[in-house]
Amino acid sequence: MFRIDFNKLRFLVCDDNPHMRRILRTLLHSFGAREVYEAEDGATALEMYSHYVPDIVITDWAMPIFDGLELAQMIRQPESKGNPYAPIIMLTGHSEKRRVTVARDAGVTEFLAKPISAKGLYQRILNVVASPRPFIKTKTYFGPDRRRNTNSAYMGPERRVGEKHEVMQQPSLLDKARSSI
Amino acid sequence: MAKNSARDIEVTAFATHQIITQPNPLRKVLRRVEKKDMDDPIGRAEQALAGLSGEFKDWMTTEVNRLSAAHDAVRNDGFTKDRRDELFRAAHDIKGDAATFGYPTAAGVAESLCRIIEHAPDLDKVPAELFTHHINAILAIVHENTKLDSISVSAELSRRLRKVADDYLADVNRDRPEHLEVILAPSIVPAE
Repeated sequence: MFRIDFNKLRFLVCDDNPHMRRILRTLLHSFGAREVYEAEDGATALEMYSHYVPDIVITDWAMPIFDGLELAQMIRQPESKGNPYAPIIMLTGHSEKRRVTVARDAGVTEFLAKPISAKGLYQRILNVVASPRPFIKTKTYFGPDRRRNTNSAYMGPERRVGEKHEVMQQPSLLDKARSSI
Repeated sequence: MAKNSARDIEVTAFATHQIITQPNPLRKVLRRVEKKDMDDPIGRAEQALAGLSGEFKDWMTTEVNRLSAAHDAVRNDGFTKDRRDELFRAAHDIKGDAATFGYPTAAGVAESLCRIIEHAPDLDKVPAELFTHHINAILAIVHENTKLDSISVSAELSRRLRKVADDYLADVNRDRPEHLEVILAPSIVPAE
């Protein structure tokens, strides 16, 4: 069995509702987390994301001005200076399947519909910690692999085509810096 | 926490996409333990949540007062984008929070209200009573009832309001298939 050392994880929680932030903080601290940063809107969350470099982001969807979906899209910028790979858990009152698809297409890693439960939140965190998915980059998408299962019976159009072309090792930042001197 | 350097990131390129893999940057927080050594983080969190429950009534009152104020603003001055958004967010917060706070049927009524705000083609044409009945029901469930609201009356009220709202939405969206599909689709949240 696996145990998560929550005290080594840094969380960023974004929700405009102070009651929900309090609940999330309580749950995360009870799991053992020490570092829980809170933002009440997407813009502040993005700033805190750059500053604190959290391991996991938990965000609401519906917020004024700059919502959780936009926050996810801003984080999932492959060319950004920050970390575009951090797991994002969307915790929302939206409960329609269509919303799950929209969140998934924005690069959200896990979707958790309210009402919140300790078990639901724990399981989503366990998923992102223990079973991270590879990232996919296309012309229109950058985020965790949206295929969780292989469906051999699938008959529709394919989003991805083409054979394996090459494997590119990304140069390290140090190498990049050296080559630019 | 650990963050992989760019050197660890492997990119496999295909004609239309790239697959980017890297060692799990959070692997260091996972520890294999014997079952007997497993503690119970979920139980601990549930206990902590129960410890907050003394505040839930006050929190719920704050939420419904916000909804009531948003409704008053619409009733007095009509819908604008800001007033519509505030009414939706207030109802949406209740939809998400009320069950946690011990008022699951208030959450059901708030969900019905959210659906009207989201799917009615013209909010100015929605009968005012439809809003008023939903908001009065939420107020009544929270202010008049106890948390034992699973008992009959409020649950029945919630069911009936949802039925009226759904019938209305199905009628006004009969020429808008994309909305109709969403309205008729089942929720991903299991029913109570």
